Amino acid sequence: MAAPLLSVRDLIVEFPTRRGTLRALDRVSFDIAEGEVLGMVGESGAGKSLTGAAIIGLLEPPGRIAGGEIWLRGERIDNLPREKMRRVRGRRIGMVFQDPLTSLNPLYTVAEQLIETIRTHMDLSEKEARARAVGLLDRVGIPAAARRIDDYPHHFSGGMRQRVVIALALAAEPELVIADEPTTALDVSVQAQIIDVLKEICAERGASVMLITHDMGVIAETADRVAVLYAGRLAEIGPVRDVIQAAEHPYTAGLMGSIPTLTQTAERLTQIPGSMPRLNAIPQGCAFNPRCPKVFERCYRDQPNLIARADGRHVSCWLYDAQEKEVSHG
Amino acid sequence: MADVLLSVEGLTRRFDVSKPWLNRVIEREERQFLTASENVSFEIKRGETFALVGESGSGKSTIAKMIVGLLEPSAGVIRFDGQQMDFASGAAMRTLRRRFQMIFQDPFASLNPRWRVEDIIAEPIRTFGLLRGAEISKEVGRLLDLVGLSAADGAKFPHEFSGGQRQRIAIARALSSKPEFIVCDEPTSALDVSVQAQILNLMRDLQDEFGLTYLLISHDLSVVRHMANRIGVLYLGRLVEVAESKRLFTDPQHPYTRMLLDAVPDLALSGRRRMPVTGEIPNPINPPSGCTFHPRCPKVMDICKASNPPDYPTSTGTAACHLLAPQEVASTGR
Repeated sequence: MAAPLLSVRDLIVEFPTRRGTLRALDRVSFDIAEGEVLGMVGESGAGKSLTGAAIIGLLEPPGRIAGGEIWLRGERIDNLPREKMRRVRGRRIGMVFQDPLTSLNPLYTVAEQLIETIRTHMDLSEKEARARAVGLLDRVGIPAAARRIDDYPHHFSGGMRQRVVIALALAAEPELVIADEPTTALDVSVQAQIIDVLKEICAERGASVMLITHDMGVIAETADRVAVLYAGRLAEIGPVRDVIQAAEHPYTAGLMGSIPTLTQTAERLTQIPGSMPRLNAIPQGCAFNPRCPKVFERCYRDQPNLIARADGRHVSCWLYDAQEKEVSHG
Repeated sequence: MADVLLSVEGLTRRFDVSKPWLNRVIEREERQFLTASENVSFEIKRGETFALVGESGSGKSTIAKMIVGLLEPSAGVIRFDGQQMDFASGAAMRTLRRRFQMIFQDPFASLNPRWRVEDIIAEPIRTFGLLRGAEISKEVGRLLDLVGLSAADGAKFPHEFSGGQRQRIAIARALSSKPEFIVCDEPTSALDVSVQAQILNLMRDLQDEFGLTYLLISHDLSVVRHMANRIGVLYLGRLVEVAESKRLFTDPQHPYTRMLLDAVPDLALSGRRRMPVTGEIPNPINPPSGCTFHPRCPKVMDICKASNPPDYPTSTGTAACHLLAPQEVASTGR
């Protein structure tokens, strides 16, 4: 197997507070291959966005990386000095955030923002940068790009603004794009268009994508592999089709059952009792143990690690550890 | 028919979005109106769940507010159990108001943070004078129990609860005046999926237990599919299609409904071919002429730009599209 583009190893993010240190991410490990789309799902507070922020070095203080390593194409980036990290960000890792109104500066035209970004990272003249910006806007599907480039962000609708943000993220030809809930603020009919644009343009440029969302449907349609986060820990990671159709972790299985779909007609939805624990009250052992239907004594004692399963799947659940032993004994 | 609980006829609401008078005079501008809901008619039968779906700006919440009496319609009639709602008469509204309640989208905004949960839930009981004294706290305890919380939670404040628990409190409050009809405006869109499933199941259980009738407002088609018996699809304030739930999803008649269904990401990974979605909802202040969907419609004809289609009957409801006009059927039949 070729070396992965991004490799996250045992990432720990902590928030020191007056009442003790909160561990928001606990030994999260995953890889993103060249050209791959990795979906990152979880409920609010699971640590999805935090993982993205940690990778691009934009953790809000007092949050800090307390352990683990992040490698981008063989180069360690979690301990780079600020100035060096600034050059990685934008040039090698592009970002798309949820709310296009807050990621664009309302006081500058789209042209100014795009040209600034392009010229910061690439050695181009003003004129060349402008031509490139128009091309990008045209590519993300903004009609009459050459004219609209001189408009301000408020002239654009929500969907068009998100297209501008995607153009901005891809301006410097990054190797990785981190898209944090890129369609959550949009209507479904616009969401479908934005997802298509993001997917096409990244495939065209060979950029890998880390797609953070709470919407399993978006992941199903877009991602190659999916990682499921629960209370700051990775519950399961594997190819999208396998995880959706045959989830191994009880949390993922419960999550899938609780999503109403357009095709099935269940009388009742499967429900997971309770809600995700707060960071200051994560139980000992497996974080999911109070809600798990298959819980047994070991789950209260030890925290499970990611266990490798067939076909590149990994799951952190003691259920599979025991089964493997049984299989090897038999 | 006797079993119709709520009927809405020609419901229209316009908002005046004009500039101030002096600006209009100086800039020589006309008054401007935003039509949030135009000529909307539907009926909800006792015990069923009727859903209104649509994207933002389609007028879903405006219609909900008019039905519960929070907004006065510009035109049209709302009848509840055969009785016409009279916005001018406070006393008549008050007796009607006890019989319907509302659950709002954001449980962080709809519960007063300075009130204890028991007071929040007891407010409708006190307002309508349904019970007094110790009976109130007994009833509050029973309601809390009913929605899956404990009676002891009554003494707490809303901030001590998670989003899903707060929505349970909002449901308990809605049930406290023993209503027959509950308007649910996006009851789960602020919640995570696993919590959403809990709330949807709770809503269904309560419906079975008390024979409640729901008007469910949502932008999420899969939630609507799970909950509703019949569905109305809104586009720019107009009801473009009404159909039975199963029928709407298997055989949508209006091109907008079809587009909306195609836009929903598919969890089943069936790899179905989808119609590419184009364009965005136009500005409701200056909606397109004729059928308001025509600039985005893949099957647009000349007539669509000129005239607004009437509601044509379909197998389980109606759809407002010129494609369904009787002569069109004849010409395609050749």
